[in-house]
Amino acid sequence: MTFRARHLLGIEPLHPTEITELLDTAQHYAELNRQGRAPRDVLAGLTQINMFFENSTRTQASFEIAGKRLGADVMNMAMQASSVKKGETLIDTALTLNAMRPDLLVVRHPNSGAVDLLAQKVNCSVLNAGDGRHEHPTQALLDALTIRRAKGRLHRLSIAICGDIAHSRVARSNIMLLGKMENRIRLIAPPTLMPSGVAEFGVEVFDDMEEGLRDVDVVMMLRLQKERMDGGFIPSEREYFHRYGLDAAKLAHAKPDAIVMHPGPMNRGVEIDGTIADDINRSVIQEQVEMGVAVRMAAMDLLARNARAARQETGVMA
Amino acid sequence: MSILFTNARLIDPERGETRGALLVEDGRIKAVIEGGELPEAAEVIDCRGHCLAPGIVDLGVKVSEPGERHKESFASAGRAAAAGGVTTIVTRPDTLPAIDTPETLEFVVRRAREDSPVRVLPMAALTKGREGREMTEIGFLRDAGAVAFTDCDRVVTDTKVFSRALTYARSLDALVMAHVQEPGLSNGAVVTSGKFASLRGLPGVSPMAERMALDRDIALLEMTRARYHADQITTARALPALERAKNNGLDISAGVSVHHLTLNELDVADYRSFFKLKPPLRAEEDRMAVGEALSSGLIDILCSMHTPQDEESKRLPFEEAASGAVGLETLLPASMRLVHGGVIDLPGLFRALSLNPSKRLGLETGRLSKGAPADLVWFDPDAPFVLDRATLRSKSRNTPFDGARLEGKVLGTWVAGRSVTETR
Repeated sequence: MTFRARHLLGIEPLHPTEITELLDTAQHYAELNRQGRAPRDVLAGLTQINMFFENSTRTQASFEIAGKRLGADVMNMAMQASSVKKGETLIDTALTLNAMRPDLLVVRHPNSGAVDLLAQKVNCSVLNAGDGRHEHPTQALLDALTIRRAKGRLHRLSIAICGDIAHSRVARSNIMLLGKMENRIRLIAPPTLMPSGVAEFGVEVFDDMEEGLRDVDVVMMLRLQKERMDGGFIPSEREYFHRYGLDAAKLAHAKPDAIVMHPGPMNRGVEIDGTIADDINRSVIQEQVEMGVAVRMAAMDLLARNARAARQETGVMA
Repeated sequence: MSILFTNARLIDPERGETRGALLVEDGRIKAVIEGGELPEAAEVIDCRGHCLAPGIVDLGVKVSEPGERHKESFASAGRAAAAGGVTTIVTRPDTLPAIDTPETLEFVVRRAREDSPVRVLPMAALTKGREGREMTEIGFLRDAGAVAFTDCDRVVTDTKVFSRALTYARSLDALVMAHVQEPGLSNGAVVTSGKFASLRGLPGVSPMAERMALDRDIALLEMTRARYHADQITTARALPALERAKNNGLDISAGVSVHHLTLNELDVADYRSFFKLKPPLRAEEDRMAVGEALSSGLIDILCSMHTPQDEESKRLPFEEAASGAVGLETLLPASMRLVHGGVIDLPGLFRALSLNPSKRLGLETGRLSKGAPADLVWFDPDAPFVLDRATLRSKSRNTPFDGARLEGKVLGTWVAGRSVTETR
């Protein structure tokens, strides 16, 4: 099965072979990026609009660089400061942008399902850059590529995802992707930050870090949002770090060659000890950022190809 | 003026199903004829072997007058009701403003009388502005025609306020209807917690929130001995508490919406906001348990919880979209899924749709016996169709059954012996 979809809205609908195709293409771009030979003509003449209804410097920059490296005309729209404030609905915003005939819409929205809704109303390709607590597909793909490069494979690995799983779209997309690729997934979090019904996801659930990390190949840490730290979900920052923060002692329970990942931005001293984050023998956090650009280049390249193919099939001139 | 209905499957909620004829005179049922000579009548209607049942009394209908007439008016709701075999709509006070004074109630009564082809009985708010702080003029409102008192989907969280309102209502023998959902748990939730909620990344409420609220209210009933109706019981966990309360002799009844009996949480699928309800759709095990409770009579009343919402308020991301679904026209065909699925028989269904709500509100309707008002619905229980929401009479067409295959078509509706069937 090759990746033929018009949009990339989530990992859930993808077949393992589609995931592999996306990763192979991204691997190709990662090499070209390192050689400084990214092809500027792949998205030449195409318009990419980044619509971020929720602030994100890193992801937005990553999508912008990815688009520009492939020659797209990239435009950033700060949706929080625009018509949304004037009461325009999401669908009207989508229809307005659609009338400007962009080729790629990259959308982040604070509500789960909002990007799906928007995708139903536009003619161009839509790329989900994170919707509420639902999905963040390019993050899961870049994590997968990073793991594959570090471990030489993306199956039969034992992978721990630790932290605020309940509110994390990164966790959901990663559970989907790593599960489809036949890995053992262990979720580690205080029960207040574990989503309901999670045991039915085909994962192992732990509330103890040391037990959960035992003999894993990969440790994925999640960011803990500031607003959830004080009393609501966990008693305090320091108690959280003590029980769930990744430090050398806890990491010692993982395999000796286990890698450490974090989607960023990190709270040093809350979910992760600074020295571990900076340990070049364990941490692949910088590589994740690098792979992020490559994965987004691959996703946009494939979506643009699919759109071209669809136009040719229907006989419309590109 | 007399009408003779012949060749009918008579669905009598009290005595079961028989074949025969029904004579109506001066707006009331004159005779039920199960054999022998048929009497003369001014008009004869051949029911062609289809069902004739007491008209539905739909408890908890939102008509958006006053305030949001663009969503639903008494005229449009009345037409929808007539098309759906609903002969009495019992309206909710969650309008803009809320129906919390005799004056606003009189407005509703007058507008309903002018515009609705079916009977309209209004409920009034239990507390002023439905804010849960001060009780309304329950006595005056009852005298002006309020048949029950409710703050609709808002829970009176201040237990002192609620217990006083119950005590006062008790002294007037007034029925209080409450929404059972512990707001401390349900605030911000849009689906039922569990695997589906986690998959979709939507905030969920534990089904336990319903039982907690019911437990509190039952304790208050033991204290106050008030007449009480839980608007919608939708989870298995709440049922044992309800059963105990009934066995202990409390004056308690419970309802459920047809949506919670025929749909489950998975129907939300890819964030379909027409399936966003309050309380949210439940797990399949809950749906089945509640169906059994309706069949056994533990849950007394089946209703539509008709809640009109315009397209704009539904075409939003799921969390921001408005809750509720219209149901006046689909209540009977959707309920027929329970009959065709073997959950309940036709007399049982009409106990829940017509007889029990009538009894609970002290009405003479809901019966197919001599002397009862001739509020009737004639329907073909097996006629299949695919629902097209564009054909609905409601001004708002937010039905979760758009495109659904349903069986059961209303052929005619009479209120007090007068046909309200629209010919189109």
